[in-house]
Amino acid sequence: MSVQPDTDTPFHKAGRHKQTSIYVYEAPVRIWHWVNALAIMVLCLTGYFIGKPLPSFSGAEATYQFFFGYLRFAHFAAGMVLTVGFFGRAYWALVGNHHAKQLFSFPFWKAHFWAEVWFELRWYMFLEREPKKYEGHNPLAQMAMFFFITVATLFMIVTGFALYAEGLGKSHWLYSIAGWVIELAGNSLDVHMLHRMGMWAMLIFVVIHIYVAVREDIMSRQSIVSTMISGHRTFKDDRPD
Amino acid sequence: MTQPETTTERIETFYEVMRAQGITRRSFMKYCSLTAAALGLGPAFVPKIAHAMETKPRTPVIWLHGLECTCCSESFIRSGHPLAKDVILSMISLDYDDLLMAAAGHQAEAALEETIQKYKGNYILAVEGNPPLNEDGMFCISGGKPFLEKLKRVAKDAKAVIAWGACASYGCVQAAAPNPTQATPIHKVITDKPIIKVPGCPPIAEVMTGVITYMVTFDKMPSLDRQGRPLMFYSQRIHDKCYRRPHFDAGQFVEAWDDEGARKGYCLYKVGCKGPTTYNACSTVRWNEGVSFPIQSGHGCIGCSEDGFWDQGSFYDRVTDVTQFGVEANADRVGLAAMGVVGGAVAGHAALSALKRAQQKAQGHANAVKDDEKAAKANKEEA
Repeated sequence: MSVQPDTDTPFHKAGRHKQTSIYVYEAPVRIWHWVNALAIMVLCLTGYFIGKPLPSFSGAEATYQFFFGYLRFAHFAAGMVLTVGFFGRAYWALVGNHHAKQLFSFPFWKAHFWAEVWFELRWYMFLEREPKKYEGHNPLAQMAMFFFITVATLFMIVTGFALYAEGLGKSHWLYSIAGWVIELAGNSLDVHMLHRMGMWAMLIFVVIHIYVAVREDIMSRQSIVSTMISGHRTFKDDRPD
Repeated sequence: MTQPETTTERIETFYEVMRAQGITRRSFMKYCSLTAAALGLGPAFVPKIAHAMETKPRTPVIWLHGLECTCCSESFIRSGHPLAKDVILSMISLDYDDLLMAAAGHQAEAALEETIQKYKGNYILAVEGNPPLNEDGMFCISGGKPFLEKLKRVAKDAKAVIAWGACASYGCVQAAAPNPTQATPIHKVITDKPIIKVPGCPPIAEVMTGVITYMVTFDKMPSLDRQGRPLMFYSQRIHDKCYRRPHFDAGQFVEAWDDEGARKGYCLYKVGCKGPTTYNACSTVRWNEGVSFPIQSGHGCIGCSEDGFWDQGSFYDRVTDVTQFGVEANADRVGLAAMGVVGGAVAGHAALSALKRAQQKAQGHANAVKDDEKAAKANKEEA
């Protein structure tokens, strides 16, 4: 087994390079990020009101009104976009650069990874004076993304399609693929509830994600927000780590 | 061992019994057409049903009652198409049923024993209710013995087993948390026989008789879903065929029981209707010979034919309680509370970060200059 240089691990530090800018996020990753963000926004908003509908307006006869139908349509359409995006993103993890793989890996067994997580936690607890430099996600961010984006999105896709397949009917091919979730839970109402809990988990991630991205953009030693727009990570100083 | 002599004894066919009751050939054919329609079969199946009824011996059925409320039987005897009378008297030979049989006590138990011996491997076992397993099954005694023993003994020689109602299928109210008697659905006790679940509290009468008719006519189980329910009655949700569905799609909901929406017959989704998560035929077959069903009467579906419907929180909420949290809470309350905590933490953290940064800027300017000098020195050395 060859010992890989530190620079090949996805969460490696910018190290001693005198570079001030590195191309990190390729176009497909950036496009996916923003499409996904939009889809999640639409899904949460419509999803919330599907479970807890707005006060009904009884202006017209039901024949001429399809408000809730359109709301559900928006939810399903955004769900399809999210799903296609997720699998597209998974494909890009295979063919893209090594930063594209980070979202789908969780180096649970590497002591080094946990040491870095601990360091990041100390940084957020104001116990470290200065953060480290990272080309990609810092280990704490990687862990959060892995659970709240990769795992959670997969969970929402699986439960979401199971619920969607119920509407298509038990004889539909989609139900034969996704229907096992309903049968496993026993009661479709449980799947609805879990799907809604998933929404709240994702919303909590969104709050933390936006806060941390903005905070790091200001307080860390590298660019964060603009990196997801231009793809380039710029560093604010030349000092190592 | 030789086969008991009695198995060769000729049992009358359905047709013979019906004719003996004075039913005309014409009425018989009408009955076959109705049955075909009720089962969702095409007109091509009418002669098949007629042929089966003319040639097949009546199917012996043993109907057992465990821990239950008898609402299944109450529903069954109100079947309109076919009439329960027709089913019991003509189609099946109901040899043992604690509720409907005339015999009692030792006589009844003797009848049960006789039926088991006579039709070994050929009878259908219909179970209403379930066995409690706690205290060696002492919470349900039938004929002086735990119901569990009786159930196992009768099931051993049955051809197939029908689980009537939510009790036999899923456990129902007596199995709701904390389930003190450990009432257990029958598929967890009988593991070596095909079981067909006909859930509901009670199941619709026509669904019950329809299932029996199908099994008797075609001598096989109807096609079942993954939970073991007959697809012909349980493949769609109440919501899919609900006559109030247009109001759901329009976003017109009953908000309170006495509001304008309730009077106009709007969708009951917001007052907790479980129609969208309940697989049953109520919105098509309806109840009491098609007179009405809960939603038509202005009350939401309570989801009585679904697994664990007593433990799904309030009947009047859509986003139901999460009992795992100990105190009653629902997904939204848990989510909002978590959001509040996280939001507060984020705000606090942001304020602290700003303070820290301001502090560092003030005292750190001199240090930064020193650092730069150090870095410059290091660079020189490298060069």
